[in-house]
Amino acid sequence: MFHRESGYFKTTYMADMALYPLPIARWTVGVLVAVFLVMPPLVTGLTGGIAAEYYISIVNIIMIAVVGALGLNILVGYTGQISIGHAAFMSVGAYTAANLAVKLDLPFWVTLPAGGIMAAAIGVVVGIPSLRIKGLYLAIATLAAQLIIEWIINHVPWISGGSQASIEVPRPTIFGMELRTQRELYYFLLFFAVIAIIATLNIVRSRIGRAFIAIRDQDIAAEIIGIDIFRYKLIAFAISSFYAGVTGVLYTYYLGIANYENFLITTSIDYLAMIIIGGLGSVLGSIFGAIFVTLLPIVIRLFMESFGTLLFTTAELNNIIPAVRLSAFGLLIIVFLVLEPEGLNRLWRNVRSYFRVWPFSY
Amino acid sequence: MTVLRARRGVLVAAATAAFCAAGSALAQQKEIVVGVQCDRTGATQTVGVVLCPGLHDYIALINSQGGVEGHKIRAIEIDHEYKVPQGVESYERHKKEGAVSIALYGTPHTQALTAKLTEDKIPGTSPGFGTAAAADGKRYPYIFPIAATYWSQGAAAVKFTKDQLGGNLKGKKVAYLFYDNPAGKEPLPILEDLAKIEGFELRTFAVPAPGVEMGAQVLDIAQRFRADFVITHLFGRSPSVSIKEFKRVGYPLRKVVALVWGSAEADLEAAGGAKVAEGYNTLQFAGVGTDYQVHKDIIAMYKKQGKQPPEVMQSTVYYNRGILIGAVHVEAIRNALKAKGGNGTITGEDVKKGFEKIKGVTLGGLMPPLEITPADHEGGGWVQVFTVKGGKLTKQSDWFRAYPEVLKKHIEADAKKS
Repeated sequence: MFHRESGYFKTTYMADMALYPLPIARWTVGVLVAVFLVMPPLVTGLTGGIAAEYYISIVNIIMIAVVGALGLNILVGYTGQISIGHAAFMSVGAYTAANLAVKLDLPFWVTLPAGGIMAAAIGVVVGIPSLRIKGLYLAIATLAAQLIIEWIINHVPWISGGSQASIEVPRPTIFGMELRTQRELYYFLLFFAVIAIIATLNIVRSRIGRAFIAIRDQDIAAEIIGIDIFRYKLIAFAISSFYAGVTGVLYTYYLGIANYENFLITTSIDYLAMIIIGGLGSVLGSIFGAIFVTLLPIVIRLFMESFGTLLFTTAELNNIIPAVRLSAFGLLIIVFLVLEPEGLNRLWRNVRSYFRVWPFSY
Repeated sequence: MTVLRARRGVLVAAATAAFCAAGSALAQQKEIVVGVQCDRTGATQTVGVVLCPGLHDYIALINSQGGVEGHKIRAIEIDHEYKVPQGVESYERHKKEGAVSIALYGTPHTQALTAKLTEDKIPGTSPGFGTAAAADGKRYPYIFPIAATYWSQGAAAVKFTKDQLGGNLKGKKVAYLFYDNPAGKEPLPILEDLAKIEGFELRTFAVPAPGVEMGAQVLDIAQRFRADFVITHLFGRSPSVSIKEFKRVGYPLRKVVALVWGSAEADLEAAGGAKVAEGYNTLQFAGVGTDYQVHKDIIAMYKKQGKQPPEVMQSTVYYNRGILIGAVHVEAIRNALKAKGGNGTITGEDVKKGFEKIKGVTLGGLMPPLEITPADHEGGGWVQVFTVKGGKLTKQSDWFRAYPEVLKKHIEADAKKS
């Protein structure tokens, strides 16, 4: 946020290592948390129950996407290992959780970490080629993983639960309360999104995170200064896949069904788009990217619905909106990337540094 | 900079004003809202760009004739690009707009929304896709397949095969060529069961995604397996590829029958024109062609507005399916309004009961003799066979259904499983 750093002196190591060293940053985070906590009742008050469900549902989808984007950014943005198989790990998590929930009747606080751990285990296996190959070659190896996992889920009834390859899961329950509506699911998803954000912030400033960044910037140099590349690359795959698995589980509980068609290669590409637009190697960037990619089509459609009627009839609009939406989406992505190749996060930092010394230019 | 900022401010203000205006305008109108999910840009866009206009045209026709029991219907379409998160978002949007019924589109979307629809008590239709077991209205109270499910289609295809092969399948060889995804595999249990009952040899040939490479499978069917008949169940681009491949290996297309998503004019054209596909048999859950009164009415409606009827009307397979979906929703709303004695407010629950009373709506033969009941949300599972003859899809059979006892057994078994 907009603040100046001068005048604060750190006298303990604790203060130096705090996640938010400045009081104003802590305040900002506190306010943000408060805003998110009161959002559902606030939106309900402003717009009425049914409309609020709609707006909250958009936030819910964004929160799920945030978890997935954070995971992919750890692997691609921080460690520099390209993966096109992110959606496949989500499906691993989703089906693990769904099978545990249906066959063994386990609650979500068991199935959710189980889904993540299963995805992490598979992710480590898929990550093995990264020890030998890099860049585009690794991308193709992970693409193979995506297709293999898709095929296995589709063809092993024991996993997929029959020829439809979809498993209905019961709604998550907390203290005997079943979470059904978007507003109830909101807090469920918010809890995990916040945990994911805090965990990522801490991972990337720990020894592990520094090792990831060293590997990304120059792997040979990293090895020479004593980073075990073998270990850390696999850790990166494991952590990233864990996030993906959790994302898959969240999707499953959110929709009430595990279905592999939610996790096809197009989903992987969507997530790559999120982190590239948001900013590689940045936590805030993952969040911005998830918001941008999820929200932009919706905003374009609302805009077209409001203004399009001035120029076209409804029947024409039905035909035009989808086309405009896709092309505007593509165009805006290009515009943003030309404007700032390092993503939305960098744009945000530029705005910040401008206001930091405002009204002076430097 | 200041000018720019000021201009931006004006734009934002204008946008906000427009949003508010749109919102308040909605609140004033007494309309009945139907949510329409569509895919005009995603994986199955060839279907959406024809099917959705058909639906809208039918609703517009009804509105131009004074609406349903004096109520206008507003169909809000949202394109979800065949992506599930967008499908969920569009569902919540429809709910916000007060939709009393929703025309779903896509198998994964139907499955993802089944629980929500039931909780929110809004009926959704899934003609020709979704889960076959959803025909069981007791188990899925708010999902209405309203047309033959993949199970019914599979059974009907076997029945057609039997008729074509002289009324006896004993010792015959039937090949099943299918797109290797859940929808493609869904008819398998029915086919396997019928193979035992009718005593034919069934062999399955999977076509992996994206479904444009099936030379080996078709060659296998024609020359190694030497199938007496082929049932195909393909989507998107792959039906046209299958027609080409059968042509190439010299397998007669009159011995091929395609389930409902491999049977449009567009598929024939992509295969090289309807002349190439001479003999190809297709299953249909709505009538094909322009020879129906409702077509003439829609053309008259456009003429009256001083406009040309849209070109998509010529793609009658999907266009007519759009009409069918629209008609079923309109009938359900009509029944709901009648039950309320015609006064205003109906809920999703009323429309659900309205769906369950649909009977005897045929639109001059475009629709099958649907009879939807609280127990049977499929409405009978009727199909018609249209065969390519003289460069045109021509009616080959009347509405029929097959092996209801086998289907019933499977639906019951599926209900017990969960």
